[in-house]
This record gives sequence, structure tokens and C-alpha cells, in this order.
Amino acid sequence: MAKKSKSVLVVGAGIAGIQASLDLAEMGLDVHLVEESPTIGGRMPQLDKTFPTNDCSMCILSPKMSECARHPGITLHTLSSVTSITGDPGNLKCRVLKRAKYVDPVKCVACGLCEEKCPVKVDDAFDMALRKRKAISRYFLQSIPAEYTIDKEHCLYLTKGVCKLCEKTCPAGAIKFDDKDQEVELKVGAVIMATGIDAFNPIGFGHFGYHLYKNVVTSLEFERMLSASGPFGGHVVKASDQKEPKKLAFIQCVGSRDESINKNYCSSACCMFAIKQSIIAKEHIKALEPTVFYMDIRAFGKDFDKYYDKAQNQYGVKFIRSKISEIREKEDGTLKLKYSLENGEIRYEQFDMVVLSIGLEPRKNLEALAGQLDINLNEFGFCRSEAFKPVQTSRPGIYVCGGMNGPKDIPESVVAASGAVAGTLKSLKIERQALAASDGESGEINVIGERPRIGTFVCHCGINIAGVVDVKKVAAEAGELPNVEHAENVMYACSSDCLETIKQRIEEHHLNRIVVAACTPRTHEPLFRETIKEAGLNPYLFEMANIRDQCSWAHMDEPELATSKAGDLVKMAVAKARNLSPLERLPIGINPKALVIGGGLAGMIAALSIAEAGHEVVLVEKDKELGGHVRKLYYHLSGKDPQALLSETIQKVKKHKAIELLVNHEIQQINGYVGNFTTTIHSPKTDKETTVEHGAVIVATGAKEHRPSEYGYGQSTRIVTQTEFEKMIHDQSFPKGRLRNVVMIQCVGSREPDKMVCSRVCCSDAMKNGLELKKVNPRADIFVCYRDIRTYGFKEKYYTELRDKGAMFLRFEPDGKPKVEVQTIDDPNSKLTVTAFDPIMEKEVVIAADLVVLSAGIDALEENSTLAKMLKVPLNADGMFLEAHVKLRPVDFATDGIFVCGLAHGPKDMDETMAQAQAAASRALSFLTKESILAEGTIAEINADLCSGCGYCEEVCAYTAIEVNPETQVAEVNDALCKGCGTCVASCRCGALDLRGFSNKQLFSVFNELELIKED
Amino acid sequence: MGKTFNPKITAFLCKWCSYTGADLAGTSRLQYPTAIIPIKVMCSSRVDPVFLIRAFLKGADGVLIGGCHPGDCHYESGNYHTRRRFAILQSIFDSLNLEKDRLRLSWISASEGPKFARVCNEFTDKIQKMGPNPTRKNMFI
Repeated sequence: MAKKSKSVLVVGAGIAGIQASLDLAEMGLDVHLVEESPTIGGRMPQLDKTFPTNDCSMCILSPKMSECARHPGITLHTLSSVTSITGDPGNLKCRVLKRAKYVDPVKCVACGLCEEKCPVKVDDAFDMALRKRKAISRYFLQSIPAEYTIDKEHCLYLTKGVCKLCEKTCPAGAIKFDDKDQEVELKVGAVIMATGIDAFNPIGFGHFGYHLYKNVVTSLEFERMLSASGPFGGHVVKASDQKEPKKLAFIQCVGSRDESINKNYCSSACCMFAIKQSIIAKEHIKALEPTVFYMDIRAFGKDFDKYYDKAQNQYGVKFIRSKISEIREKEDGTLKLKYSLENGEIRYEQFDMVVLSIGLEPRKNLEALAGQLDINLNEFGFCRSEAFKPVQTSRPGIYVCGGMNGPKDIPESVVAASGAVAGTLKSLKIERQALAASDGESGEINVIGERPRIGTFVCHCGINIAGVVDVKKVAAEAGELPNVEHAENVMYACSSDCLETIKQRIEEHHLNRIVVAACTPRTHEPLFRETIKEAGLNPYLFEMANIRDQCSWAHMDEPELATSKAGDLVKMAVAKARNLSPLERLPIGINPKALVIGGGLAGMIAALSIAEAGHEVVLVEKDKELGGHVRKLYYHLSGKDPQALLSETIQKVKKHKAIELLVNHEIQQINGYVGNFTTTIHSPKTDKETTVEHGAVIVATGAKEHRPSEYGYGQSTRIVTQTEFEKMIHDQSFPKGRLRNVVMIQCVGSREPDKMVCSRVCCSDAMKNGLELKKVNPRADIFVCYRDIRTYGFKEKYYTELRDKGAMFLRFEPDGKPKVEVQTIDDPNSKLTVTAFDPIMEKEVVIAADLVVLSAGIDALEENSTLAKMLKVPLNADGMFLEAHVKLRPVDFATDGIFVCGLAHGPKDMDETMAQAQAAASRALSFLTKESILAEGTIAEINADLCSGCGYCEEVCAYTAIEVNPETQVAEVNDALCKGCGTCVASCRCGALDLRGFSNKQLFSVFNELELIKED
Repeated sequence: MGKTFNPKITAFLCKWCSYTGADLAGTSRLQYPTAIIPIKVMCSSRVDPVFLIRAFLKGADGVLIGGCHPGDCHYESGNYHTRRRFAILQSIFDSLNLEKDRLRLSWISASEGPKFARVCNEFTDKIQKMGPNPTRKNMFI
């Protein structure tokens, strides 16, 4: 048998590719991340805000981008693409084309002088061509890797052989006109594809006048307009007169849900995107009147409906259900919209600006790529994944995530990414990782008790700093400061020769603290810390003064003042350095075993994924049988059989040697923290207790179908829920022999004022059962009373199919719900009528129903609160488990080592549940595969003598990292859980707490320098 | 004294949002006065009220705290604690004989370079008009 590989190829470095790479690298695997563009990040950096929290997209993404770029297990190949993959799973050969950058990435310091001088202007793709960039450019200002590349299509020298201005300007000598494309071969065990999506191009589409009318823009262009770092600095103006718009229209489903252009699918994200943009635009321009023209609002995700409600009721965004037939531009640039309402009435309205909510479609080059890599596409040109195999392509060993196999929003992409990782593990070699020798303690120079001997290095950064700040003067003054043993100027502090110089100086002058005055610590602190560590110093004996990003660049016209400020910043950094002490990152042992709570589909898949990666799992189920909610499902839209999947999965779980199965058991108590949990499990049947020690917990406790109290449920055997109906179809046992009229009512127990939640699956379940009924009884008439049909993604086609088969759809408003009347209660033969209002015909319809099917939503389990308390993790307002971050940490809890998946997290379909279960497994494995992890160095510490045990720190801590010991009445910090924010420190009434690395003494010493400043 | 007044404003910036926003202002070459002296902290909630009072006593003419927008805190809820503490601190500034207008709290995200520059410009303008911090002169500690 061939040896398993430790290498993986990830193609595409958007958020999905980044997440997959990080998960894999954390498990000790070698990742090659191939990206076509010059930067990692994908679509997210283009977004201003994200729904439904209005989180700033770049704020949440940039830490992940730097982590990805810095991770020793990840090799980045930007401006590269995969050309072929040969071989079998576990042993794949991939050819990667690395295109010439014409700039040496090692030498380039991203100062941007070349771009200033470059004479060629090109449309900036990142800013949707709303501004120009140069032929040599950085993809965007926060791109990673931070380097410039030459666009060979436009460069004057490369096209016409003249210019070379950039080469003359570059102070680092980084321009490399003789750079060549290269092809490399990578041997890997598995491949994850995450090449993402494109946005629909509406040029010439419909009668919307995109590119003809100035004030018609796409949603992506509008997003760049809203962005503070975008082409207009976040100021939304009309192209026609540069004035703020007052009336703004959003047109939904442009390039989605349209059979005429082979797009009979829903792009899933655009409704929320438009709601977000209308809210953010309204925050920018108070007087703005946004209107959204839509067919159905598909706010189907967790907490999305609350966001939709907020847009309507708090921000006054108008929503009009309509079809736009055309847009005409008037002379002054205003736009006249012609639209028809549900009842066919034609209306006209004028707007200042129109945003086209463009759909998502497969990447332009996907067809060619799929051909090269021999993977199948689906009918719409997306990568094909079979039902119940949400992260697999048609080719074994190649997995898929993100938008590549269907429209997804950010958290779904992240879930799919971690899920795909779990898929690859079978064909990869995973070993438990010991701490690298350099990580824990080592032969560090002991500096305790020695007086500070500070070395200060002041960087020129070419002319980026030196062009404004008198760096010689700054270095000279620094040399005069107390405890500064050595000060010098360096051209590029981050260049490899300068890093060597720093190491040499440490040895020559016996330096024990280092200050570098250069760019920002955000990007460069890790590099310098690593350097001084190599020279034998504790990496925390380092401080940076940011004299570029926050000084020379921000004060370009005031060289004298900038020099004096740079001097102050250095003084402050030196003052802090004087008080720095070495910090230790304590290792925390990790127990390799996992506990999975809940034996439904999610729990079983999570347990199997972990077991298949070679780790023991304890799977606890409170019922006597495995299977959870799926036990009630007989059909799937794809035509596949959920029961077959279920029995196959149950067999696998029962057979797997690494899974210890405890059915009929309940969790009694959970103690401990990441890597070191102790759980007591109780069997009510035998009244016996078992204690398990484990390193991670996965919560997969599921949810339940809502039990309706409305629409006469319980009054007749002919009023049933959707799952009861599904069983009837399966058993062919209907309460009334001949079914003629079947009325379905949607949103039962969902989207109500006290439960503003969409249950996500009920619309598709209605389509599914409707189509199944039509199969066994083609003459049945189906009526669906609904509010919005939310058949997102590829489910849309089943909605179309059911409509084509003659089902009637009657829309209702929350204040005009259908009425169900049972003539004689409890009589199975009683007359049953449904009265609904038809907004198309504008009249009441009375249906003599043979069966009323209620699409009852999904409710959280009451017992969630008990488990949440045991685990000390939060629930949301609806009682569902609340993840650490709704966008980027969708299966993690804020507390390390605890994860969530399946219905316990929120309503979702079977494929989504399976992907999420696999995701939770790989997130857990990113801890479990390590023998130990290192606690943070920057953590809170307590002076026990001063602590009064008031417990206020315990209350403010978001990570349960500090607790008052009930015996000693003194707070104790858990090093493993503390993240070092310092909230508890500033809250401590006794001054008993302090934050290592940002201690009171260190910060006070920094202000003391302020006084010196004043006396100058 | 008698020369032009060049105020000193201490800006406590949280590592994740505002410090990143300040960097972006620089990368975008947005200009603001040199009066702003940044001090990086892990979270705006690390800013002990004592720091602010101390900064004033040590001669800062203004103090700015920059944190993540509500809901964006890297540490879940740190900025909510900052907001609460800030409100209370401002309310006792009068009794400490400090001018509460010299204190400003701003939510600045990592993509809001322009906002960072704007806040710095506005705040420096305001402090310029208020004149030097009188507290330091009166201090006999």
C-alpha cells in the first residue's frame, strides 16, 4: 500500500480556501494554497459590511489572512493556477503554473513608489472599475502578500519595450523584467477546490439600462461605493451629478431565478445583500428612501428575518413585491421604473439611483478547469456534488467548498471548507503533533535580574519614512535615552540582512530588549519576534514604534512635527521596553478523545469523521435509537432515500471500533477546559454513571418540529404536519381514501412576532411532499398558502416544477392568515374548509380540503439551556446554540474546544447538516491532533493578596477564563482560556489583576513619557 | 509658552479595529495632525479609567479611545464595557475638575481609515480651540 501523503492542495484563496488551509495546517499537514489573483482573500475584501451583524468585512477577515500567510504549514502560490491533476486519491500529481510577477517578492517592501511613477492607467478590478490603478500595482491596500506585481498586458516595457520608470524608481531594486512563468509539480494526497463564484454581468440584460444609464449600478459596485476604503471614501453619489441620491431602488433577482437564461436557481445571498446595503446606505444618508423590488424575500438564515424586520420597521426601507418591466432614463439622469404588482396593476415611480442585485454564477473559467481536472459540472455550470455528499466532486480525492458547487453566503462557505477538510483526511497521513522544540521552553537567555540593555533600530523604509522623518535625528536621540545601549539606522528593517544585523547586535552588545521603529506591528511584529527568538531572547522582549503607517505617511507635509512625533513614539516604545519581562506560553496537554452529544445525523457524521481520522469518540444519545429527526424523513428532493443513508450511517457508527456508543444516556455534568474535559454521563435506565475524559466536545443535540397550536391542529386527523404527511405518502395510508384537495400552509410557528425565525427547510419540504404526492396521485390539487417561497439555491427548480404541475400558490400577509374550519371536531369525515385570500385575483377563495398540511417550523429544545449552562456557552434569543462568530466561526463556540453542528445550531437541510457535522469534526481535530497547545503569553494574572473575591472579573469575562475559587475566595485565571483582552483588569476594584505584556506599569511608563514631551 | 499651541492627544487604539483603521489611514496617505499619539491596547476595554485620568494629569490635552463598533468586538463584549465605563467616567469629570470634552470615544473599524483621519482632525481642532490642558498646571502630586 502506498504511503499516505502529508501534503494537500487547496485551489482558490477566498474565505473558503483560507479556512480549509488553516484547518489542514493546524492538523500538521503541508498545504499548498494556489490562487489565481495576486492576493489571498477572495471576494470578502471587496465587501464593506456583512449581514446580519453589519460586521466590517475587512476587520474580521484580515486577521485570518495574516494567519494564513504566516502559518509555517501553508505555502502560498499567488498568480498561479492548476493545470492538471493525475493519479489516485492519496497519491495525486498536480501541475501548477506560477505566472511571472515581474517584481521580486522577497525584495519588494510594498512602498508604492513604483505605482506613483507608472504612467499607465488601468481599470481597477478590485474597485469594480470605479477607479483606476496602474500597470504596476498592489491588488488592494491590505492585500496579502503585501507586494506589487506588473500587469504584463498593460506594462509599456513588456508590451512596447519602453519606459522602465518603475525600475528606476524602486528603492529596493525589486523590479524583475526578465521574470518567467514557471510550472511546478506538487505531489499531494488530496485536493480541495474552492475557486469561488462570479457575479452576473447585467450588460444588455432585461430593460434595465445597465452601462447605458449613468445611475444604474450593480450591487457589487454599490458595495464599493459604500466602503470607507472604496473609490469614493464611503460617500454614495450619483454618477450623473455627483450628488447624493434621495430615492434609491434595489432590483432583486437580476440574473437569478430566470429560466430564460438557464438560471433557474436562486443565488441565495442577494436578498440579504440588498437588505444590508439599504440599511448601510440609510446610515450614510439619513434622508435616503430605499425601496426593494422583489419576488420573494429569502431571509432564510439564522437571525436573517430579524434583520429584514429591522430594515422595514427601524430603517423604513420599503419592500414592493413586483416585477420590473423596464427602466427609462430622463434627461437629468433620474430613472423612471415601470413595474407590475401582484394583481397585474402597472405602476411608475422615479428614482435617483438603481442598484441591480446581481446573482451569483459559476466562474467564467470553470468549464475549462473542470475539463482539465476531470470533474463534473451540474446543469447550471457549477461543480456537481451529489446529494448527501455536500463537499465531494465527482472525482475521488478532489473535494469542493465555497461557492464553487452552488451559491453560498460566507458562513456556509466556511462550514463547507472545514467540512471538505474532514473529507480529505481519509487519504492523508495525520499524526499527533508534538510541540516543536523551539516552541516551549528552550535555551533562552535569562534576563531576569539584569538591567535593561535596549537596542533600537530606526528604519528608513526607503524614503517611506526617511522622506518625511529625519530618521538620523530620531536614532541619535534614541541613543541618548536611558538604558539604550545601541541605536542605529537601517534601510529596511524587515530585509533578511537587517534581521541578521539585529541578531548580531544582540550578541555584540548583550542586548536584552529590542525596539524597532518602522512600520506597523500588525504585519511585522511576528517577524521581529521570531528574529530575536533566534538570537536567544524571549520573543516578548520586543516593542515596535509605528513611525510609518501612523506617522510619516499620515504627516507628509509636516516633516519637523513628524520627526518630533516619531521621536516621541520611540521614547514611548523604549519606556515600555524597559519594563518588559519575558513571558512564557505554557503548554496545555490535549486529550485526543472527543465527546459528541447527540446521535442524530449530525452527531453520527461528526463522530465518524473524527473516528476515521484515528481518534476515539464517545457518542452519547438520550434516545434508545440513533437517527434523530431523519428517522421521520422518507424523501429527498434529489430522489435519494434518507432512510437508506440513515441505516448505512448507523451501521458504520456501530461497527467503528473507535466509537464508543452510549444510547439511552444523558449528560450529567461537564467540567474542565480545552483538551481537558471530564464529563459524567448517566443512564436513567440502569441508574449508572460513567465518567469520560476527553479533549473536545461537539454539541449535536438537534431540535424538534414545532407542534402547532393554530389552524385547528389536533381537531381533526386530516390536519397534519409536513412530516406526518410525508409518512402518509410513504405508507400510502391517507385518512381519506381519495385525496382531491390538499392545502398546505407555510410558516406555521415561524416568522411570528415572538419567534422571528425562518425555519429554512419548510418551503422545500412542501415542494418535496407536493411532488411526491403528485407521483402517487397526479390528480390531486395542491394549494400552498405562503408568505415568501424560500426555495434557495438549486431548490428553486423544484418550486418551478411543482408550479408547472399545477399547484396553486396563494400568498398571505401575517394579518390575513388563511382560516381552517372543522365542522365537527374529531370526526374524520367532517367537512374541512380553508378560506384564503388570493392577492392575484384579489378575492377570497374557499377550498373544501381533504387534507390540511401545516408546514410546522423547527423549534429549539428546552433542554438546550441546561446543556448550555453546563458548557458555559450561550444560546440565542430563540434558544438555539450561539456560535463564536456568525460569519467566520460558524461551528466554534467562543470557549475553545467546544463545537456545534446540526439543528442545535439552527434549522438546516440534510446536506447542510452533514457539511456542518464534518466541519465541527475538523475544527475539533485541529485541537485533538496536537499533543499540547500553547496558552497565550499575553494573559491576565492575579495578585492573590489583593483579591477580595468579589467576582466582578468573572462576570465580565467572555471566555469563562477567570473564576473565583469558592474555597479560597480568590479569583483564578485559567491560562488555557484567557485571550488577554484585559477587560477584567480594568474592571478589578482591588487592583489585583494585571495583564502581562500590557501591564499597568508598562502602560504608565508610556504616559510618563508624555510629561517629558510637555517639558520640552 | 506664548508659542503656537501644539496639542498632545493620547489615542488608545484597540489592536483589532481602530489600530488597523489608523494604519489604513496611513496606507491611504490620509493626513491628520501630529498631535495624535497612538498607544496600542489589546481591547478598548483594557483602558482603565485611571489611565485616562493619569494621561490628563501627565499633560495630555485630549484623550481618544478607539474601539470596534458595537457588536464587532474581537473579544465578544469588551467594547460594551468600555462604553459603560466611559459614560460613568465622563459623568465624574466635573467633580475631578477635568473638562469632559477633552475625552472622546469613537468606534473605528479596520476599514475606516478615512473615519480615523476625520476623527483625528475634528478632535484636534476642538482641542486646539479649547487650549492647553489646565489640569497639569494645577497638579501638585
